[in-house]
Amino acid sequence: MNVTRGFTGRPRVADPGLPPGQYDARDDWPVLSAEVTPDLAAADWTFRVDGLVAEPRTWTWQQAHELPASAYEGDIHCVTGWSKFGVRFAGVSLDAFLDAVRPLPSATHVVAYAHTGYTANLPLADVTGGRAWIAWEYDGRPLAPEHGGPARLVVPHLYFWKSAKWIAGLRLLDHDEPGFWEQNGYHARGNPWEEQRYSGD
Amino acid sequence: MTETTVAGTAFVPPTRFAVPGRIAVDDRAAAVWQTATLTEIRRETPRAATFRFAVPAWAGHLPGQHLLLRLTAADGYTAQRHYSIASAPDDSGHIELTLDHVEGGEVSGWFHSEARVGDRVELRGPLSGFFAWPGDRPALLLGAGSGVVPLMSMVRHHRARGLTVPLRLLVSARSPEELIYAREYGAETTPVFTRSAPHGVSVGRMTAAHLAPLVAERPKGGWEAFVCGSNAFAEHASRLLVAAGQPVDRIRIERFG
Repeated sequence: MNVTRGFTGRPRVADPGLPPGQYDARDDWPVLSAEVTPDLAAADWTFRVDGLVAEPRTWTWQQAHELPASAYEGDIHCVTGWSKFGVRFAGVSLDAFLDAVRPLPSATHVVAYAHTGYTANLPLADVTGGRAWIAWEYDGRPLAPEHGGPARLVVPHLYFWKSAKWIAGLRLLDHDEPGFWEQNGYHARGNPWEEQRYSGD
Repeated sequence: MTETTVAGTAFVPPTRFAVPGRIAVDDRAAAVWQTATLTEIRRETPRAATFRFAVPAWAGHLPGQHLLLRLTAADGYTAQRHYSIASAPDDSGHIELTLDHVEGGEVSGWFHSEARVGDRVELRGPLSGFFAWPGDRPALLLGAGSGVVPLMSMVRHHRARGLTVPLRLLVSARSPEELIYAREYGAETTPVFTRSAPHGVSVGRMTAAHLAPLVAERPKGGWEAFVCGSNAFAEHASRLLVAAGQPVDRIRIERFG
């Protein structure tokens, strides 16, 4: 251990909800997108699921809202170091979309892509079984554009760069295909509890 | 090259591709914690200072890249933060960071209140090839506050290498006293002051009028725009760029946080 002379740090709070190397952002919700926030109206938003599926499909804003409502209440963790506790995202479980397109047995991974062209790769198992959402509300209000509105992917058990803003679609693949940050040195999976920040962690 | 393409098989989304490709990143350099020894502290403004480190095994970086820095307390508690690299790439075995003193910040607080020459910290990097400029394309740089730090690495690189590719910097600060690197700027830089300015210089936010003459230069190949600062500044500046006709796939943004 390389102790830094004179460094004491913040008061220690035993917080079992905080993954290693993270701090509590409290009321802050930093915005870290690398691209220009798009001017995207809900009426122009669409969400498509294709690739290794029996029946590829595109949903409009209206059609997506006809699926059963589902919400996530819990914590989110950003690779830059902040975590945010007790957030509430509402929308539709990704399972509802996947059930409609019926993934083929050969599908193992997905690439989520945004209306800006941003991409993030995820194992299919990380976005099924009630662990991922397409969310259009935050804390009871429409999701703000800078936070990914009109709708974003939310995969809260992984670092938040996986939760693509301005979500446009998912492509199901039989292999892993690095997304935007993953091509730029970030970890392929990004599990905050194992501190998988960068490739090689 | 600015858009070193990844493997030819990389997934290309069917959506409008607004996020440019990557610059090659050395995953091995990014994975290893290295010891850095503080060799110099220079005050830049009342709130910001530059910290120079000897990092003997530094793998080199591109202007605009950042690193992860870690401090460790005696009980094993660690705090880590991402910081942009201020110095241009060189062979000196040294790098420089310029840090704001963030109110209540445990890492910047240590640097500004406690650190002295000879102290050792740990870092890993350089990280992320997205916000990096190898000096190939015309660069239009928009920064605010300490958001100018990665942009200064580009300005310094441009000078050190005697590059002829056009480079312009629009830098916003609250006042002349708070303008980081004030003495280093040359003809490539236009400062914008938001609270107080020297006599005869207007006070206010960055506007389309500041940007218009730069965009009008239309260098061969077009500008690659780099925006760095708070989210509020990044949103404002990127909207100005889009309104001025800068293509969205030629705007790279780095926001504090």
